[in-house]
Amino acid sequence: MTKGEIVLGCLAPHPPHLVYAENPDENEPVSEGGWEALRWGYARLARKLKTIDYDALVILTPHWQTYIGTHFLGCDAFKSLSVDPIFPNLFRYHYDLKVDVELSEKMCEIAGEAGIITKMMRNPDFRVDYGTITSCHLLNPDWDKPIVTVSSNRNRHYYSVEVMNEQAQALGRACRKAIEESGKRVVLIASHSLSHRHFTTEAPLPEDMSREHIYNHSQYVWDMKVIDLMRDGKMQEFIDLMPEFTEQTMAETEGGGLTWMMAAMGMPSYPAEIYGYQSVIGTGNVVACWDPNEETRELVL
Amino acid sequence: MSDDPVLFGLYVPPHPHPLLAPEQNKGWGELRAAYDECRRRIEESEADVIIVYSTTWPSIVGHQFQVQPEPEWVHVDDDFHFLGSMPYKFKMDVEFGNAYRDAAESRGLHARTVAYHGFPIDTGSVVALSLLNPDNRIPACIVSSNMYSNRSETIVLGKAARDALKAQGKKAVIVAVSSLSNRMFTKHVEPQDDRIHSAKDEDWNQKILEFFEDGRLEDLSQLSRDIHGQIRVQKVVAYKPAWWMAATMGQHNNYDGEVMAYAALHGSGGAVIQLTPSKGSVGDKEFDEDDVEIYRGDRNVLVTAAGDMQAPGGVDGPLDEAERPEEDEEGWRNPVEVIDDLYDEYGSTVISHAGGALGAAAGAAIAGPVGGVAASIVAKKTVGKMMSKDGAIIAEDAPSAVGAYPHARRMGNLLFISGVGPRNPEDNRIPGGPIEDGDGNPLNYDIEAQTEACIENIRIILEACEADLSNVIDVTTFLVDMKRDFEGYNKVYAKHFEEIQATRTTLAIQALPTPIAVEMKVIAKAP
Ligand SMILES: [Fe+2]
Repeated sequence: MTKGEIVLGCLAPHPPHLVYAENPDENEPVSEGGWEALRWGYARLARKLKTIDYDALVILTPHWQTYIGTHFLGCDAFKSLSVDPIFPNLFRYHYDLKVDVELSEKMCEIAGEAGIITKMMRNPDFRVDYGTITSCHLLNPDWDKPIVTVSSNRNRHYYSVEVMNEQAQALGRACRKAIEESGKRVVLIASHSLSHRHFTTEAPLPEDMSREHIYNHSQYVWDMKVIDLMRDGKMQEFIDLMPEFTEQTMAETEGGGLTWMMAAMGMPSYPAEIYGYQSVIGTGNVVACWDPNEETRELVL
Repeated sequence: MSDDPVLFGLYVPPHPHPLLAPEQNKGWGELRAAYDECRRRIEESEADVIIVYSTTWPSIVGHQFQVQPEPEWVHVDDDFHFLGSMPYKFKMDVEFGNAYRDAAESRGLHARTVAYHGFPIDTGSVVALSLLNPDNRIPACIVSSNMYSNRSETIVLGKAARDALKAQGKKAVIVAVSSLSNRMFTKHVEPQDDRIHSAKDEDWNQKILEFFEDGRLEDLSQLSRDIHGQIRVQKVVAYKPAWWMAATMGQHNNYDGEVMAYAALHGSGGAVIQLTPSKGSVGDKEFDEDDVEIYRGDRNVLVTAAGDMQAPGGVDGPLDEAERPEEDEEGWRNPVEVIDDLYDEYGSTVISHAGGALGAAAGAAIAGPVGGVAASIVAKKTVGKMMSKDGAIIAEDAPSAVGAYPHARRMGNLLFISGVGPRNPEDNRIPGGPIEDGDGNPLNYDIEAQTEACIENIRIILEACEADLSNVIDVTTFLVDMKRDFEGYNKVYAKHFEEIQATRTTLAIQALPTPIAVEMKVIAKAP
């Protein structure tokens, strides 16, 4: 069997606002648009993804939160309605997705062998979290590839950001090994924003772009600093800075997504492709990817 | 029967084990039995509504209230999915949910209702309502726990529940869904091996149970910050259920407490506890933390750009970022700059608009809630700039006005001072204490302290007009209880006015707009 590989890693934030702004058939609420800088960037990354040959998407999401180890989706398919608990007015999405259970089990097994606490999620009534749905919809609106969702262990709350950063790296290395052993070509997705302090009120028209801006300047400065590290191919440096960044900007990196993905990809020292940055209800969001293939890697922004 | 709108309160655990697997562990079974007993007690009660505050429903955009009339779903827990699914169909008290939202808004909270098919009701609420009210005999209301909210918001949220109950004339059983210690094991544990995670958690849980058993709910509320630091995994900013529960139940220590069960739930401390208002218990102690009636907004400690945006007297809290006015071509502008421009452009025309009118004028120019802030900044800038002219005067150090009027107005050689009470301009508190509590129950207050503070406020306003007490010509005093207070008031009055010999009229009146006993208004000679 040929050795499996990670063919792309995407940093794919999941504000439900982006799906809402797009008005896809699957989503019930209707909008007048909004957040185009991010949506256009996402659309461009989705086009790139269409040109890549891959078997499955593996996504780590902070909205499936587990305290007892890391869990993996373990049923063949899920079909239901996803309603965002924070923004139910924006996101009520009818999803119908397939899971690569074989790959999921392989990652669960190899991570377990590496000493990580794991569990397969086999309950068919389980509702897939809205982070998964949003990021996957924006990257692959056709839903024509199976996915695996990996839960976000709450070690950041239970212990500290430092512990999260270490454990997420161990999980990333185990997932890489599992992917290699599976013989599959896999796209990884870290589903989250950067700085994450939200406004606690909402504009009467949620897509009123005259009300949208970063929550505060220090969040912006931090976001730009870490985006520069991405552009410069200094991911080891970013991961080393992760505890400070996460604490100071209340970043959603706390769920371990980016750390996990970067560890799985061997801490890239090549530049990331940046597709767009914009605030959503005050939080800082960047759409970016890491393409290990030098031939197809582009300078986007 | 007591006229307390809350019949009794329950503190119950959010984990699904008592619902889905009570037979697998003795403690889980005991929690289930206690839950079942609570269900019977609710059935026998006169409750019109069950109000649930669940720590497993975090919200970000304010607080949310579930008003879908009959939410129906099959719920699965993120961690404990292997224990099984939780199908549910609940009945919500939509009318009460809306009233609770309104009451929360009137107390300064950002609040909204949710009524969407498929809305993910949290594990804690699903477990509690499934066990406590399986047949939907009594409609329920579920309120979220805001992630960022701290004590003041949570206390106010609890008080708003009482407001709504009183407004609708309803009786409630209230339910706080939360663990005691919430540290779970991070690995899988066989049911028979479940125990409290650590000795420290066990010690603290026992302490909390002791407080509950003694009916010392307000004391527990005051201990919340310690509990948060000692035995809570730091998922949110604070341990809030005791705050909500205490505020909803009237903020005292007079309850009959009953710990019906206590057991480990995957390492965390699960307890089923009932508190019933009673006459005799340990009684109230002196409390460390102040009470709060109205939430006045985030302190915005993270915001530095706009500088001092706190309106004097706290009429308008600092702006939430999302409430900033629409940006014009020049983008967001600091209110102080806007006022500078306004002042330069309009000069004394602006000054002649007073109080609320001034706020409206400035507000119209820069839109939205900045108006209130702008008004106070205009006020500050006008002080001392206009004493040679007739017009309105707002004293920046005096208590904020409770209506659209200035603190003083000059006309010719006379200064007319608006009626002023004893409220402390720094924090709006009433020296000598308010005359009644939030529920209208009379309190013992100190009329001498109130009179003293009232005269001090007059002095502050006169000072802003470059005058002092010796300029006073005529005094009118209003007392809400002539019989009780005249003597104390008269004594303090004499201390300040004996030399001045202003004319004086003292009237007994039925009420004043805030819970104060005395208000005075004066006419003085302009300097
Ligand atoms: Fe998120």
